[in-house]
Amino acid sequence: MAEFLSSIIPNVMDKPEQLWQAFVETIQMVGIGGVISLLLGIPFGVLLFTTKPGGILENRPVHFILGKICDVFRSIPFILLAILLIGLSRLILGTGIGVKGAVIPLLCATIPYLGRQVEGALAEVPDGLVEAALAMGCSPWEIIWRIYLKEAIPGIARGVTITLISLINFTAVAGAVGAGGLGNFAISYGSNRRQTDIAVVVVIIIVIMVSIIQAIGSTVAKKATH
Amino acid sequence: MFMIRLDHVSKTFGGEDTGVHAVRDVTLHIAPGEIFGIIGYSGAGKSTLVRCINLLEKPTAGTVTVDGQELTRMPGRELRTVRRKIGMIFQQFNLMPSRTVAENVAFPLKGSGLSKEATAAKVKELLELVGLPDKAGSYPSQLSGGQKQRVAIARALASGPKVLLCDEATSALDPQTTQSILRLIKDINQKTGITVVIITHEMAVVKEVCHRVAVMDSGLVVEEGSVYDVFSNPQQPVTRSFIATTSNLGKIEQLIAAGDPMVELEPGQIIARLNYGQGNVGEATISQVSRKFEVDVSILYSNVEILGSQPLGGLVARLSGEQVSQAVEYLSQQNVVVEVLKRG
Repeated sequence: MAEFLSSIIPNVMDKPEQLWQAFVETIQMVGIGGVISLLLGIPFGVLLFTTKPGGILENRPVHFILGKICDVFRSIPFILLAILLIGLSRLILGTGIGVKGAVIPLLCATIPYLGRQVEGALAEVPDGLVEAALAMGCSPWEIIWRIYLKEAIPGIARGVTITLISLINFTAVAGAVGAGGLGNFAISYGSNRRQTDIAVVVVIIIVIMVSIIQAIGSTVAKKATH
Repeated sequence: MFMIRLDHVSKTFGGEDTGVHAVRDVTLHIAPGEIFGIIGYSGAGKSTLVRCINLLEKPTAGTVTVDGQELTRMPGRELRTVRRKIGMIFQQFNLMPSRTVAENVAFPLKGSGLSKEATAAKVKELLELVGLPDKAGSYPSQLSGGQKQRVAIARALASGPKVLLCDEATSALDPQTTQSILRLIKDINQKTGITVVIITHEMAVVKEVCHRVAVMDSGLVVEEGSVYDVFSNPQQPVTRSFIATTSNLGKIEQLIAAGDPMVELEPGQIIARLNYGQGNVGEATISQVSRKFEVDVSILYSNVEILGSQPLGGLVARLSGEQVSQAVEYLSQQNVVVEVLKRG
């Protein structure tokens, strides 16, 4: 088996520790970035949706500012965002490189992204349900929690799935500017040293990761739809 | 004294000058235990008006008082407490699709201090009341329209409200299901003494269950009174047009206009529409007239309904004989409204 693998992916078999290390770094970035993105991105999306004109927490200035933040961060290509935010990252976390250095640019890309996804998911909840809840004496907070978030679970699950997949994509790009991980591994060996088998293996690993996330997301969305 | 008092309520959407005046200076007083109908065509402002009762729409002017509490003066928190005592059901049912029937019914009970067991018992009792004891575990998507509305009624009743607002609650249902939902509402009204406000554009709904009715047209209440009074003696064109939707007595005008052979008359004959007023029993009056004045009465259309155990309606007939005019005069004396539509 090992012989066979050495013959078709010689460069990968040469440095399994480095591949493993790169994989761990990617998992760290996706894990930390993913968890913080969910914790901040979902409330961001809820706020973006509920403060809009006619929303249950209508507040035009807040909605305008959040919307602009979203647009600005979403319009900057991630590779530029990663470079631009190195300074900010040094300021906050003390480093601009490695997994730690990648977290802030990753969050700046994923939170607005997830925010828009959540906003869209909440918009799918029929207004009639909110009206019924208001008529039953629910407060805005109860409506967010018991109507919007509960009814939008399938949409939010799909949004989270897309965001996490984008996050994997972003970590690979972050690898190009010093973040480490599978992206860095593939670029420095697969591309710069023409060890094509490394690029192929990295792609296969990423495809598997994406497939797993997609499968989990679809299952949650399906389970929550009645 | 009154369960619901609307005093000079107006609601304008948009600016005072350029906006839409959905409700204009409406004053309505609804007694406890009453089933009160508000009928109007779409755009008449009735849905906005019913939303002013629980302040889902905040009136631009006027006061709303429910069970002695003036809602229009309340801050948000207090208003939410009062809303628990005002149940509401909707045309589109508005059940939460991600929750089961039992969870939907239990929705307003959260935070009421009831234990899990007490909540479950209450939900069971409510589902029995609306005739769906075996649907507790189903999801709304598995129910028919009528069943969904029953669940919505159970949910609206869960917090023990004193008022039930029905916003076009039967408009998305077929006539048979409409009947059964109306019977249920009537039943609950009789059992619990809950005050019911029904918004509808269907005359049949008002006739079926309401005690009193208000007729709305372009934001105004144009007519109000007991269902019998309003429909036996309509004052406004819009009320008459509603009556015409459930009666065929208006068809005669079309026949006359079209010159149909059915309405060709010989000299001395007339075609008249006879509307029964209060206190006369129509058919007997007709045979009396026929004997007394030796006129032949040939009935072309007839439409009589019993409303509040009194006959309401009338007929269109061709009268012929020597003493037709005396017969007409006699009928008028008997409290029958006679309209002569055509003379031969």
